[in-house]
Amino acid sequence: MDRHSILEELKKVLAPYTKNKELLNSVTEHTNLITDLHINSANLVDIIIDAEAKYNIEIDMDAAEKISTVGSCIDVILEKMNHAS
Amino acid sequence: MVNRRVVVTGLGVVSPNGVGITAFLHSLQQGISGLKFIPKYEELKYNCQVSGVPDFDWNSLHAYLPDVTFHGLKGVGIGYAVKAALDAWMDAGNNVEQDEVNWDTGCVFGNSVADSENMKRVIAMVDAKEARKLGSRVVEQMMNSGPTAYISGLLNLGNKIVTNSSACATGSQSVLMGYEYIKHGYAKRMLVGSTEYIDQYIFGAFDSMRILSRKFNAVPEKASRPMSATAGGFVPGSGSAALVLEDLEYAQARGANIYAEILGGANNSGGQRDGGSMTAPNPEGIVRCIKDALSNAQILPNEIDLISGHLTATGADKLEIQNWIKALKRESGNFPFINSVKSMIGHCLSAAGSIEIVAVILQLMHGFIHPNINLEDPNPEITKLIDIDSIPVKRIDKEIDIVAKSNFGFGDVNTCLIFSKYKQNG
Repeated sequence: MDRHSILEELKKVLAPYTKNKELLNSVTEHTNLITDLHINSANLVDIIIDAEAKYNIEIDMDAAEKISTVGSCIDVILEKMNHAS
Repeated sequence: MVNRRVVVTGLGVVSPNGVGITAFLHSLQQGISGLKFIPKYEELKYNCQVSGVPDFDWNSLHAYLPDVTFHGLKGVGIGYAVKAALDAWMDAGNNVEQDEVNWDTGCVFGNSVADSENMKRVIAMVDAKEARKLGSRVVEQMMNSGPTAYISGLLNLGNKIVTNSSACATGSQSVLMGYEYIKHGYAKRMLVGSTEYIDQYIFGAFDSMRILSRKFNAVPEKASRPMSATAGGFVPGSGSAALVLEDLEYAQARGANIYAEILGGANNSGGQRDGGSMTAPNPEGIVRCIKDALSNAQILPNEIDLISGHLTATGADKLEIQNWIKALKRESGNFPFINSVKSMIGHCLSAAGSIEIVAVILQLMHGFIHPNINLEDPNPEITKLIDIDSIPVKRIDKEIDIVAKSNFGFGDVNTCLIFSKYKQNG
């Protein structure tokens, strides 16, 4: 699975937690979840749980701490997917 | 002390016989029951298979909550509370969408237990060693202050925020606490009310106490029969109601519609002595509570036009009436009108007081006394004490000035409030 298709999938995961849906149209790998999308930091946990279910991976707390931008999210997902396979 | 007056300026309700004020008013006026047979309760072998369940469209909450908040909300009691509270807020002429904190406005909202069906899901995941998958939204819906936390956050309330709980006296206690807080000058406005979601687990625990109505499962609308000879237990119900209480001058300054005035009230306990226990009230506690409410409101017993009783449809109905007679020194033909909303909606436990108070305000506003339904066979023990005409079975269209409202809860706790039609020179 390439980075671009993960990014498109991630937008769907992020949607329920993003108050202003229009912001999702301009998401790039550099978009910061908290400062750009204004996602409540408490909801990062829920996004991680949703991503785990979607990709059938487990994102431990150490890996979760690396997540700040959409790009870092993709890094962690790819790393865990490769690790799993 | 400054003589502040406290008025009601907004109402919201989620009742088994009507969601929203218009529907609830219609049902009160027409004597429409909100009780339904619950097939699941037959399967669970409950004695009582009837409950008061609001006809609530969960998706209607989309209009009240940001998508982010709606997504992941599972607590039904919180959903009811959000709808009732925001309806009351808007009914009082306020906007929901605003950024400034309302430092003058607080909230007292009560409930009993968090949603135990929701808790069951948590327990199952924890037991399956999957606690890490619970996510961020469970605690806010498990905590007893969940309803107040949702409401105060949605409405930017910045004054005192309290979650109260006193079993079946919870709703009227929340109104009294809000009233007192404004009366003493700490807040200009208080959003008050309570919520109850009685799920199958809580229902089962009540059923096991053998205090519920069990002989009318085939005719659910007849199952709640306060003051009747065949009153054989109460019917648990779910719902929520909210009121906006306001300092009169503050309400006038913003040009608010004034629905009614709270003249005063009292809250006490019989100490679980002298006939009082965990589940039964000490009669002296009730009599004192009523008398204290009258003296706090500075009115005389003869001024009461209507009593909106606790009257759950158990043997305690007769005792309640005896206590009113003792406290008011009015009996037989001199007894005020008395009615029980529970004849239509059952006993909404924590939410009973707030839903029933909304009914009181509507009767004051629209000049009527709602019927006691299912009273084909009044209890002769009761009609020996008070004139049968004081227990209307049909709606009476009549201006009423003063209503006394009481609720009594497990733990031997009592609340009594005195409401009046709003009069400019009152």
